[in-house]
Amino acid sequence: MNDENKPVEVPEELLNQVAVTSMGELASQSFIDKAYNWGRRNSVWPVFFGLACCAIEMIATASSRYDFSRFGMEVMRASPRQADLLIISGTVTKKMLPQIIRLYNQMPEPKYVLAMGACASGGGPFKEGYNVVSGIDKFLPVDVYVPGCPPTPQALIHGLMKLQEKIDSQSIKEVSWYDKENRGDPIPMPVLGPDLMDPRDFSANGKAKE
Amino acid sequence: MSEQIAAAPVDLISLFPDQVKADERVGYEGFMVEPKALVKVVVALRDELGYDYLSSVTAADYIDDHKIEVVYHFFKSTGGTNLTLSTQVSREKAVVPTLMHEFPSMELQEREVYDMFGVEFTGHPDLRRVLLWDGFEGFPLRKDYKEAYFTAEKKPFTNRWPEGHITRAEDATPYKKNVVYPDNLKPFEEYDPSVENLLYSGMKNFLPEDQRELNTEPVMVNFGPQHPSTHGVFRMAAILDGETVMALKPVMGYLHRNHEKIGERNTYLGNIPFTDRLDYISSMANNFAYVVAVEKLMGPRVQIPERAEYLRVIMSELTRIVNHTWAIGFLLNDLGAFFTPALYAMIERELILDIFEATAGSRMMCNYYRFGGVSRDIPEDAMAKLKGLVYERLPRKIDELDIYLSENEIIRERTEGVGILSPEEAIAYGASGPVLRASGVPYDIRRAEPYGIYDQFDFDVAVRYHGDTYDRYVIRLDEVRQSLRILQQALKTIPEGPVLLKNPYNVRVPAGEAYGRAEAPKGELGFYLVSDGTANPFRYHVRSPSFINLTSLEKMSLGLKIADVFAILGSLDIVLGEVDR
Amino acid sequence: MNKEKNNLYGTGIIKGALVTMRHFIDTYLDDIRMLGKRYMTQESIEYRRSKDVKGIFTVQYPDEKLPPQEEFRFIPFLVYDTHEDGTDMIRCTSCGICSKVCPPQCIWIVQTIDEKTGRPIPEPAEFYIDIDICMNCGFCAEFCPFDAIKMDHDYELASYDRTKAHLFNKERLMKPASYYAKIRPTYFEREEAVRLEKEAKKAAAAKTKAERASKSAQAD
Ligand code: SF4
Ligand code: SF4
Ligand code: SF4
Repeated sequence: MNDENKPVEVPEELLNQVAVTSMGELASQSFIDKAYNWGRRNSVWPVFFGLACCAIEMIATASSRYDFSRFGMEVMRASPRQADLLIISGTVTKKMLPQIIRLYNQMPEPKYVLAMGACASGGGPFKEGYNVVSGIDKFLPVDVYVPGCPPTPQALIHGLMKLQEKIDSQSIKEVSWYDKENRGDPIPMPVLGPDLMDPRDFSANGKAKE
Repeated sequence: MSEQIAAAPVDLISLFPDQVKADERVGYEGFMVEPKALVKVVVALRDELGYDYLSSVTAADYIDDHKIEVVYHFFKSTGGTNLTLSTQVSREKAVVPTLMHEFPSMELQEREVYDMFGVEFTGHPDLRRVLLWDGFEGFPLRKDYKEAYFTAEKKPFTNRWPEGHITRAEDATPYKKNVVYPDNLKPFEEYDPSVENLLYSGMKNFLPEDQRELNTEPVMVNFGPQHPSTHGVFRMAAILDGETVMALKPVMGYLHRNHEKIGERNTYLGNIPFTDRLDYISSMANNFAYVVAVEKLMGPRVQIPERAEYLRVIMSELTRIVNHTWAIGFLLNDLGAFFTPALYAMIERELILDIFEATAGSRMMCNYYRFGGVSRDIPEDAMAKLKGLVYERLPRKIDELDIYLSENEIIRERTEGVGILSPEEAIAYGASGPVLRASGVPYDIRRAEPYGIYDQFDFDVAVRYHGDTYDRYVIRLDEVRQSLRILQQALKTIPEGPVLLKNPYNVRVPAGEAYGRAEAPKGELGFYLVSDGTANPFRYHVRSPSFINLTSLEKMSLGLKIADVFAILGSLDIVLGEVDR
Repeated sequence: MNKEKNNLYGTGIIKGALVTMRHFIDTYLDDIRMLGKRYMTQESIEYRRSKDVKGIFTVQYPDEKLPPQEEFRFIPFLVYDTHEDGTDMIRCTSCGICSKVCPPQCIWIVQTIDEKTGRPIPEPAEFYIDIDICMNCGFCAEFCPFDAIKMDHDYELASYDRTKAHLFNKERLMKPASYYAKIRPTYFEREEAVRLEKEAKKAAAAKTKAERASKSAQAD
C-alpha cells in the first residue's frame, strides 16, 4: 500500500510530458472509475469554436485526412452546454475574452480546456500587441498545451490523446465536480473599460491593486 | 503606367489651383488637398476624371510635423494605377469631412481610421470604434501610443543579444495580464459591462423614420461572435421584424491582433511571416501582395529571376484554388449541407498543402516570398506531383464539384436572386475580387494593373452578371478553372535557374510611399507603406478585401430573411484574420 | 458553367447524391484492390498522399503517421557536432543574427565572455527560445551563417504545464548533427559539401602559405 502511494520519479525533462499514474494507482482504480473514464475519454465533445488561424488546422483535424471522430470527438457542438472540451484555437484578444469566459462558464462539468498553438498558450507572435491576451491560462485553467504556430493536425491529435490520458488518471471519488464544497466558482467576468479589467485585480473598494 | 499618372496632375491642379497641389516630398507622388475642399475635389475626380473606385483610406501620424495625414487611394474601375490624394490636419484637432455619402465604401474604413488615429470624420452618421471597443483609452496607431509590453520603438530589440537574459513580458507590467490602467481610473463598479449601447443606438438611426421607437415588434438579435456560421469570431447585430432583416450591423475586432502596430515596429523582412497570418487560408497570396508593395518602394534595383517569377505565380494560383474550394465548401455548410461538400473540397486542399509543405515548409504559414524572389526552389518530387494534380486530378475534381453542387435545386433556390449587388453599387461599396466580378464588373488586378508576370499568361477574367449569391458561388468555380489554365501554362514554360539572387536580412528601402496590391483570392489586397529610409516601415497599412467587402453586407441583406444573411455572408468569403488584422 | 435549369425538378439533387455514392463505393473498391495493404503500410500512406487517391483518405494517426516532408519546419533546434575525441561542440557562435531576424523576437542569447581578456568567446552562455512566441517562420535557420540553428520535425510536444516546459534552454534545444542529417538529408549533404570545400580551400591556402614561408625561409 505504501509502495503504491510513493511518488513516482519522473525525469525532469519529461515532467510535463507524462501524466503520473503509477501501475498501483491504475490497479487501485475501481471498476467504476475505469468504466467512468472509458466512457468519458471516448466521447470528448469539443465546442465548435474557432478563434484564428489555428482554428483552420482544427477544422482540418476534424475533416477528411485526420478525422478525429476516430476518437469519438466528431460531435463538435456549437452550444457550450453540450460540450466537454473547449479548444482555444487561436489568438485570444481582449475584446473576445469576456465571450470566451462566458462560454467556459456555461459549459457543464466535467470540462476541459486545451490551449492550441502558441497564441492560446502564451500570446504567440502577437503577444506584444495592445489587444492580445498573453495566454488563456491567465483566466482559465488549461489542461493541455499544444505548442506550434500552427500545430499540425497530428500535433493537435497528440494533444487530444494527452487529454485522454489525463482523463484516464482521474478518479470519480476525487474529481472536484461531485464535491459540493469545493466545486469551482464561475470565472469572474472581465470588463472592457479603458483596458481589459479583471475584477480579481480590484480590491473591495473598487481600486486597482498594485 | 506613368503616362496615366502624368496625365492626371494637370487636370486636377488646373481644376482646383488653390486647394490642390502636387505632393512634392521625396518619394511621394499624388496630390495634397485642403481638408475643406476634399469633398469637392473627390466628386470632380469621380465624375470628371473617371476615378470612380475609392479603394482605401488610411492615415499616417507624422509626429515630427505635428500632422496626421489622411491618405486616399483612387482607381479607375476600367484599370490602371492608383491616384493618391492626401490631406493633412493637426494632431490635436484632427477633423476631416466624411466621404461616406460620395463613396459608401468609406463607412467602415473611416471608422477604422477614427479608431486607430482619432481622426474625426464630420458627417459620418455612425462614427464609433470598429476594431477596439468604445471606451478604450488611446489611439493605438499614433506614434506616441505605447502598448503594455512596450520594449523599444523598433526591432531588433537590443535586450535580446548579446546580453539576452530572458524575461517574460508579463513580468514587466504591473498588472500581469498585459494591462496598463490610466492614472485617473474610475472605481471598478462604475464601468458598465455592456459597452454596446452606442451600437444599438446607432442602429436605431439607420432604421426608417417611422420605426425608430423600438417598442414592440422588432427584435434585436445578435449573431456571434461565437456562431458556427460566421466563419470565426465575427458578429452581426440585427433588428428583425419577424424573420425579416430591418437593420444589420457587422461588429468586428474580436480578432484584432494589432497587425499594423506590430508591423511598424518590425523590420521589412520580419513582416513577411506576419502577413501569412492575415488571410490564413491563402498565405502565399498575402506574401505576394506584400513583396509587390515593398519591391515597388525599392524601385528597379531589385532583380527577380525568371524562375522565381514563375514560382510566385504558381504558388499564388494554387492558393486561389485552395481558398475557393474552401469557400465553396463552407458556403454550402452555411446553406445547411453540413460538411460533406466541405470534406470533399478539403481533400484537394490537403493535397495542395502537401506541396506547400514540401516547398515552403509549412502547410499554412508558408513564409515563402522574399524581396527579389522566393525562398526555396520546389523539390522535384513535389513538382512531379504538382503536375499530376494540375493536369489530371484538379480539373476532374472541379468538374465533379460542379456536377455535385451547381445544379442542386435546393442550392439554386436558396441562392438565386438573393443578396443582389448591382455593378454600380459594387463599385461604390468598394467590393473587390469575386464579389465585384460576380456583379458584372470585369475588374481583376492581374489584368487591370498587371504585376509579376501575369501579363504573359493567357486567361480570362471570370465575370458573372447577376450579382446574387449564386453567381458569387459559380464565379469561384470559374476562377479555379482559370487558375488551372494559368498553372498549366506556367508549368509548361517554367525555366530553370536560381530563385533568389541575394537574401540580406537587413533590408532597407529608400524613403517614400507606395501602395502595392495584388489580386488575392478574396479581392484586392493592398499594402500602403511609408518608408523613412530606416530598416522599419514608418507606416504599414493593410487594405484588406474581407474587411471592405463587408461594407456592402447590410445593403445586400436588408429586407431578406435572416437565413439568407448567412448565405450572403458565406458568399462574401471573409476570413477574420484579415477583417480584424 | 451556368447550364440551363433542368426541366425535371430533382435531377440536380440526384446527380449530386450519385457523386457521394461514388465516393462511398470507391472506398470499398480500393480496399478490395489493395487487399491487406490499404492501411498501416508505408506504401499506402504514400498512396493516400498521391494524386491518384480515391475513396477514404484518412491517415490514422497515431497508428499511421504522415511523415513530415524534408522542408517541414516546427520549433528550431541547435545543432552540435561530436568530434572524434568524443567532445560535443555546439556550432553556434552567438553571433546574434538569428535573434535579430526573429520577427517576434523570441530568441534570447547571452554571449560568453572570457574572464581573463574580457572578450567574447564564440559560444553562447545562454540560449533561450520561448516557444509560446515562436511563429515557426524559419528565419533563424535561413539566416544563420554557421548552419547552427535548424528547424525541427518533432511536433509531438503537447504538455500539461507551460511555465517551464515552453521556455527551451540551450540543453533542451541542442540536438546532434546526426539527427539533423537524418531529418534533412539533402540539406545536410549540401551544407557538408560546401563546408568540405571550404575546409579544403583553407587547407590549400595554409599549405601554399607554409610553402611560401619555407621558401622565403630558404631564400633567407
Ligand atoms: S499560434 Fe500561430 S497559427 Fe495559431 S492562432 Fe496564433 S498566430 Fe495563428
Ligand atoms: S544560432 Fe546561428 S545565427 Fe544564431 S547566434 Fe548562433 S551562430 Fe549566430
Ligand atoms: S522560427 Fe522564426 S519565430 Fe521561431 S525562433 Fe526562429 S526566427 Fe524566431
